[in-house]
Amino acid sequence: MTKVLVVDDSNSIRDMVSFTLKSAGYQTVEAKDGQDGLSKAKINNFDLVISDVNMPNMDGISLCTELRKLASFKFTPILMLTTESSSEMKIRGKSAGATGWLVKPFNPEKLLATIKRVVK
Amino acid sequence: MNIQAMAQDVPVEGEHTVEGIDFITSGDQYLTFLLAQEQYAVDILCVEEIRSWEQPTKIPNAPSYIKGVINMRGIIVPIVDLRLKFSIGKANYLETTVVIVLTYHSDDKSRTIGFVVDAVSDVLNVESVDIKPAPAFGGCVGQQYIDGLINSENKVVTVLNVANLQQVEKHRLQS
Amino acid sequence: MSVDLSQFIPSFLEESFEGLALMESGLLDLKRGDNETIHSIFRAAHSIKGGAGTFGFDNVTEFTHLVETLLDEMRDGRREVTSKDTEILLDAVDCMRLLIEAARDNQDYDHDKVAKTSSRLSETLGDEQSTDSENESNSNIEKKDACGYNIKFIPEHSLAKTGNDPIFLFSALAELGELTICANTEELPALMDIDAQELYLSWQLTLITDVEEAEVIEIFEWVEDECLLTLEPITNTSDDEFTQNLSEGVNSIISEPSVQPQLPSKAANQISLASTKVEHEPDAVIEEKSKAAKGKVKADLGSIRVGVDKVDSLINLVGELVITQSMLSELGNDFDMTKVERLTNGLEQLLQNTKELQESVMRIRMLPISFAFNRFPRLVHDLAIKTGKTMELVINGEQTELDKTVMEQIGDPLVHLVRNAADHGIESKEIRLANGKPEKGTISLDAYHQGGNIVIEIKDDGAGINRTSVLDKAIDKGLIDANATLTDSQVYDLLFEPGFSTAAEVTDISGRGVGMDVVKRNIQALGGRIQVESTLGKGSTFKVNLPLTLAILDGQLVKVGTETYIIPLISIVESLQIDNNLINRVSGDMVLYRLRDDNVPVLPIYQLFNLETECTEIDKALLVVVEADGQKVGLMVDDLLAQQQVVIKSLNDNYQQVAGISGATILGDGSVAMILDIPGMINMALEQAQRAQRVKTDGNSSVAAELCL
Repeated sequence: MTKVLVVDDSNSIRDMVSFTLKSAGYQTVEAKDGQDGLSKAKINNFDLVISDVNMPNMDGISLCTELRKLASFKFTPILMLTTESSSEMKIRGKSAGATGWLVKPFNPEKLLATIKRVVK
Repeated sequence: MNIQAMAQDVPVEGEHTVEGIDFITSGDQYLTFLLAQEQYAVDILCVEEIRSWEQPTKIPNAPSYIKGVINMRGIIVPIVDLRLKFSIGKANYLETTVVIVLTYHSDDKSRTIGFVVDAVSDVLNVESVDIKPAPAFGGCVGQQYIDGLINSENKVVTVLNVANLQQVEKHRLQS
Repeated sequence: MSVDLSQFIPSFLEESFEGLALMESGLLDLKRGDNETIHSIFRAAHSIKGGAGTFGFDNVTEFTHLVETLLDEMRDGRREVTSKDTEILLDAVDCMRLLIEAARDNQDYDHDKVAKTSSRLSETLGDEQSTDSENESNSNIEKKDACGYNIKFIPEHSLAKTGNDPIFLFSALAELGELTICANTEELPALMDIDAQELYLSWQLTLITDVEEAEVIEIFEWVEDECLLTLEPITNTSDDEFTQNLSEGVNSIISEPSVQPQLPSKAANQISLASTKVEHEPDAVIEEKSKAAKGKVKADLGSIRVGVDKVDSLINLVGELVITQSMLSELGNDFDMTKVERLTNGLEQLLQNTKELQESVMRIRMLPISFAFNRFPRLVHDLAIKTGKTMELVINGEQTELDKTVMEQIGDPLVHLVRNAADHGIESKEIRLANGKPEKGTISLDAYHQGGNIVIEIKDDGAGINRTSVLDKAIDKGLIDANATLTDSQVYDLLFEPGFSTAAEVTDISGRGVGMDVVKRNIQALGGRIQVESTLGKGSTFKVNLPLTLAILDGQLVKVGTETYIIPLISIVESLQIDNNLINRVSGDMVLYRLRDDNVPVLPIYQLFNLETECTEIDKALLVVVEADGQKVGLMVDDLLAQQQVVIKSLNDNYQQVAGISGATILGDGSVAMILDIPGMINMALEQAQRAQRVKTDGNSSVAAELCL
């Protein structure tokens, strides 16, 4: 089963993403910020990471950088959830090793359609 | 049993003694009870339960027909003696004296009140067309409490309006 | 697949209101160069914007976008934080709240205010255009009548390192139409030289589809910087390529008519698809609305966020309860008298479990009072601007916990008291300086637990209450007699009389009709009380005393005739056996009991409640001295029973408010007992006494009859 780590400081968005993924048959683990996400990533393997950018404690970009340092996350797809569709943000994400980005707002259908580009 | 046969077994109005078959009849059901020798009825859907009489806890300075409150599974339920409220018969508390607990749902609220009556008698199946308006000739029971009359065999049953029975309670008490 | 988003809306709303509170308090504390605070404000705005967009509150998203842009500039240091900007942002927070509330309740909002603030925001931003236009131009790519694309995809060798895998891209493409893949292995090095983590292949793809180019490009969105991508549309007009690709080896003369009709039908398909889409839109709107309405209902029902620790402790306790229960039921299977001790132990354990469980459940309803306090920094900030006075707010004990229901109802009275302190308490700068006080006035809010109660103090270091002017006003309004002598506390109590306002002129801050009498009434309705202390020239303190919870009460059970009543322990001063020598009868039938220096009026409950009891002689009865509103009375009861905690049940649900009774409870034997409302009883007694007096002075016997009711 495809296992996804969902990192967002907003309960509602996290719940929504997680619920959507679960109802499409994915397995999910939730984390409330980058720090939390990183520690969960260290003890689990994931097939995909979906993370918000702006979060307290550790933001999504730093999380991405940290994850890429872990052997088990070297090739794992990491998608950033972002409201900033500016190219600057994309470049920052890319240079931190992010696979791609999902621009908020998005709906469940779009979420599922999009992640098919990186996982089964 | 075919449908025709079943239909023949459905009790008609007034013929309400067939056991267990009430559920497949058409029309509304009413619980009838006695106040002195008079028959009254309420919509059975409002009936929460029927309890035997027990001495309630008094409410200070309440009118005499408010007997007090009882505990019904953790809910505080006021008890109104209908005989005193309508001034019908004597308010004796015997072994047969019962309390009919009625719940009426309105909008977002529901109110549960117990009414003391002399005895519960029966369940009637009545089509709404068979409820006739009551003549406006005074009597002990105020017009607002009466929904209409039902002819049952050779007796007359007064159908009470549960909503008003419970609503008006409040105003009467506040005065 | 469709997912019902409405279920996440209540949590989004809750989160947004928390975010707004955070933004507000952050803005109030904001000092230049305080990057951490700006970051957290920005994050809050950002989350609200993201969530609002996702859940379809577009006007919130739109408005918040402006706020976010401004904050972003501050965050990046592109803009200095000025007090003017902070004010605009505070207004913007108000507007966001308005918009979110309107979205929640599915109602209209103050368009003027939002439009004004939004134009002020854009003005501040210097009319910088948002990135929206860019998006628009993207979607405006002209539609070609292409029926497919030739795609050349040459990824960089390091593509896999960002987690991208061409296979998934291709399968996404395949969903758009008919895909032919041709891999180019030219760049593949010798096996020896291959780095397993690198990608050496490139691809030539042919996609037969009727989707737009942008949609195809979108699939490559994440890799476009790491690859060479060319996209050539295969159009109808370029017949050669089209036929070549579509049906290789088919005779062109035969194939053409068979292919041509297909295209219009496809186009027709597309049109009909588009039209159904349009038809569906109103549905979607309605659905959106009903979702919002649903959100409202849920929000109205109220929810509590409970810490996991509290839930865990509950689960533990329930576990223990289950163990006790199974122990007891096992004991009951074959019980004999030798096991009595074990039974007693078991029952004791059950008692302990139940008590702890009760406490834990009550704790769930407890929230830190900061929930009620958090609006005050903003309030005082605004009041300072409005009044032109300088003042600051000091908050202590904001972690003190309080029942959620009490919290919800104490908010407004507290606002009134704080407004009062700012408006009437704190003096203007000039007066303060002239009186040798610091220029800046201080209002402090303190919360702490005292016994089973919570005390909230609203203190100001302002002018204090002027006894003479209060008295003058009260006489003026006919509230008291011109030559009445009153103690200080009695004078201060006048402030809570209906229609009393000491401000020389009615300002729009306090004194807008809702008086201190309402404050007092609200506090009393919560079973609390309010006291005033004041020193002229030094300031005033309003002390609000509230029960921790409305659900449970410590009570003294007493017997009157056949009835059992419960007196709240909090109002009991003492209980005593009546000493005949201390009874004094004054002015006819009023009975006073000498309690040390006080003369306490005796109130026989049986008379007040019109009950029958054999215990009508005062010297046979017991006296429970209670106090409410600074007035002591002795309640005459037949007997004192146990003291116990009782769960308060409302009489209003199925009945109505009863004078002298605050509620009912169910005792251990299942019977109902009434809980006495001490202030209410004192009022009843006062009314009776007044009527009795009228009877005496008028000699009117019909009024006397009324008394006996």
